[in-house]
Amino acid sequence: MPIKSYLVHPKQGKKGEVANALSNMDQCEVIAAKNEELLVLVTETYSEKEEELLREQLQQFRDIKLMALVSGFNTPKNT
Amino acid sequence: MYQSVFTNRREFIKKMAVLSAMTAAAGMFPGIIFAEEQEKGIPDGANLDWKKAPCRFCGVGCGVLIGTENGKAIAVKGDPKSPVNKGLCCVKGYHSIMAMYGKDRLKKPLVKKNGRYVETSMKEALDLVASKMQETIKEHGKDAVSIYGSGQWTIPDGYVASKLFKGCIGTNNVEANARLCMATAVTGFLSSFGLDEPMGCYEDIDYADTFVLWGNNMAEMHPVLFSRLLDQRLKRGVKIIDFATRTTRTSMAADKTIIFNPQTDLAVANAICYEIINNGWMNTAFVEEHCNFSKGLTNMGYGLEDHYKFTDRPEAISFEEYKAFLEDYTPEKVSGLSGVSVKDIKYLAAHFGDPNKKVMSLWCMGMNQHSRGTWINNLVYNIHLLTGKISSPGNSPFSLTGQPSACGTVREVGTLTHKLPHGVVANKEHREFAAKIWDVPVENIDPKPTYHTVEMFRALDRGDIRFMWIQVTNPMVTMPKLKRYRDGAKKEGRFIVVSDVYPTPTTDIADVILPSAMWVEREGLYGNSERRTQYFEQMLEPPGEALSDTVQLIEVAKRMGFEKQFYYKDETHIEEIYSEYRRHHEGKKHNMAPLEVLKNQPGAMWPYVDGKETKWRFNAKYDPACTNGKDFHFYGKKDGRAVIWQRPYEPAAEEPDADYPFWLGTGRVVEHWHTGSMTRRIPVLHQAMPHAYVELHPEDAERMQIRTGDMVKLTTRRGEISLPASVNQRGVPAPRQVFVPFFDEQMLINDITLDSFCPISKEPDYKKCAVKVEKA
Repeated sequence: MPIKSYLVHPKQGKKGEVANALSNMDQCEVIAAKNEELLVLVTETYSEKEEELLREQLQQFRDIKLMALVSGFNTPKNT
Repeated sequence: MYQSVFTNRREFIKKMAVLSAMTAAAGMFPGIIFAEEQEKGIPDGANLDWKKAPCRFCGVGCGVLIGTENGKAIAVKGDPKSPVNKGLCCVKGYHSIMAMYGKDRLKKPLVKKNGRYVETSMKEALDLVASKMQETIKEHGKDAVSIYGSGQWTIPDGYVASKLFKGCIGTNNVEANARLCMATAVTGFLSSFGLDEPMGCYEDIDYADTFVLWGNNMAEMHPVLFSRLLDQRLKRGVKIIDFATRTTRTSMAADKTIIFNPQTDLAVANAICYEIINNGWMNTAFVEEHCNFSKGLTNMGYGLEDHYKFTDRPEAISFEEYKAFLEDYTPEKVSGLSGVSVKDIKYLAAHFGDPNKKVMSLWCMGMNQHSRGTWINNLVYNIHLLTGKISSPGNSPFSLTGQPSACGTVREVGTLTHKLPHGVVANKEHREFAAKIWDVPVENIDPKPTYHTVEMFRALDRGDIRFMWIQVTNPMVTMPKLKRYRDGAKKEGRFIVVSDVYPTPTTDIADVILPSAMWVEREGLYGNSERRTQYFEQMLEPPGEALSDTVQLIEVAKRMGFEKQFYYKDETHIEEIYSEYRRHHEGKKHNMAPLEVLKNQPGAMWPYVDGKETKWRFNAKYDPACTNGKDFHFYGKKDGRAVIWQRPYEPAAEEPDADYPFWLGTGRVVEHWHTGSMTRRIPVLHQAMPHAYVELHPEDAERMQIRTGDMVKLTTRRGEISLPASVNQRGVPAPRQVFVPFFDEQMLINDITLDSFCPISKEPDYKKCAVKVEKA
């Protein structure tokens, strides 16, 4: 049951679009910075495999300049 | 940031993930605002009264704003005006107010009667404490009573404790838990420079090109400061070098990690000095103008026996003698011992040696909890002195602290056996100066120090000490070789008073438990790692009969007949105490800012002279106390020169052998502050890190068929303990090493650690003893 957080740097002027697109994905929660071109992305999936697939999907976003993993947690028990 | 209720562990974990990311983001973009998240917990329509305070937890001293409504703290956020954290907080800071509202908060004094705790009034409890202390002094002498405080004592707490015990009662039995964490930094500063505390400040981070972290997991222990390093890397491409015995979150963020064998940092530091001299990187003009060379005694022992005593005997040496000594520390000779490649030793030396690079060294417990801790502190100063990279913006050897007022209270007020607020008990002039301000006969102040912390608890075990008052610390979790000291404290004929906010293993040994007012439930001051004194006002009423530690001490002092010395009025006592305390430090070398200044701004760094704080001491451009007419003046030493010390490598007190083949090191985790007595009452932090664990190297784990979660038995010569394994999780120790965090009172790792200490500082080495590791 992985939970991960990322810093997402959108391309210039694309913060709103990236935030919307990510928010529409079931496994994603987005918190946008008010005064910087940056998003906090938290992903929550049910398996390593699903996590892997999601990451591949995210990497295909053309409006994301850089996505840096900050923390990764796994919660096999006590969900 | 909030007070919210989480329904399950996954929600806690998500919160952790969000906060980690926001912390990282704030490192890159100081002042970044996540409005929605940061204001999530604030109730709609709340009419909050926001007031400033320094954070209650670590020694970084972040400024926080606390939002109160109807007598309760309901929100906390970083203070954007604070130059320390610029509006940012770490995960503990964002939850700090919740530490005041644990369900089992102590509210009434408890007195042990026939083996059971009975509630009593504060008046009766304080009467009992005062009469027991007087009775003990009468029967066993003044040195049979003692007080043990901490770096969480506010400045007024420590000041009145020292005044009562040293000035009025006349015993030097005053110690604090900073002996367990910062005493080595003090002796390092004193032996190299003659004065305590860093010459630089956090602003050095904005100018340095290279950061060398000496055994310092900053990402978890000082996350806000670490985020400032990451910010500088993004802006200026600075290098972060993690020199450590274990791979941590800091390693993951560093540009380079260099792993060394425990204790061999001594040899590597000497090898760096060898390289600096051998490659012609020494700043000869600086060294000739501002430094002396000395050597001290060697083979000092490790303090393992009761009544151990050691005093160093410095002896001047020439540069040529020092250079000859370093011939034993060529990179080639040191590489085998340390496990660090010749290339990496040269890499480290080249960063210090490059005249175009400004270098900041940062360290904390890795170098201080070290059986040759004073030596390794001296050796890092040697590197900075040889290259002249010191006391100027960005060139800064910087010792970080772990507690909010380890510097402000323990080191500056001087709540250690040998210290006075200004100077030491052994110095006649210093005693006369203190006695005059304290309004006591000078004969009251004993010129002889008594017990440092480990020896104080040994004295309690032996029966030399009969009465101990413990305030705002938890030694029954933190003392090394804990079992001996726990059993000793429980012996017949001992009387223990504990002032605290929650029940702990230390209140379990108490005869009287006094409930304390916590943090902003009283007025006070803290002093952080960069010599910054910060004031906080009382914002809340303490629960029940809880009283501040300052008032508890004043009340007992008055009951013991010292009304004249403890003349302070209820409403103005903090102001009166601070004004009196400032007199001890008058002068350009240590002047403290007036209280009015501290009330109106997020702290001020001492020396505070002519309305200005001093950012870089010993540098004539910034420090008005420099008077030698030169660029630098190390005025802590009589001749104005800093000392480059010849200090060899010596092994640790106990190293792995055939019976106990692993190293055991202990430390902290980001979620919990020290023994967790506060942070374990904060649900989000407790559930994120509910218990201790033992980290193993994956190869060791595989060989022993141990997986994460399996129980592992650790056995040392002191005993055994079982903990769940952690393999390839947060931290990864080197092969044949294990790491255990010490916060968990249910899994007391200190039952099996060793009470060896640095003979000069008397600070225990929690990072090194030998252990056998088995699958349980």
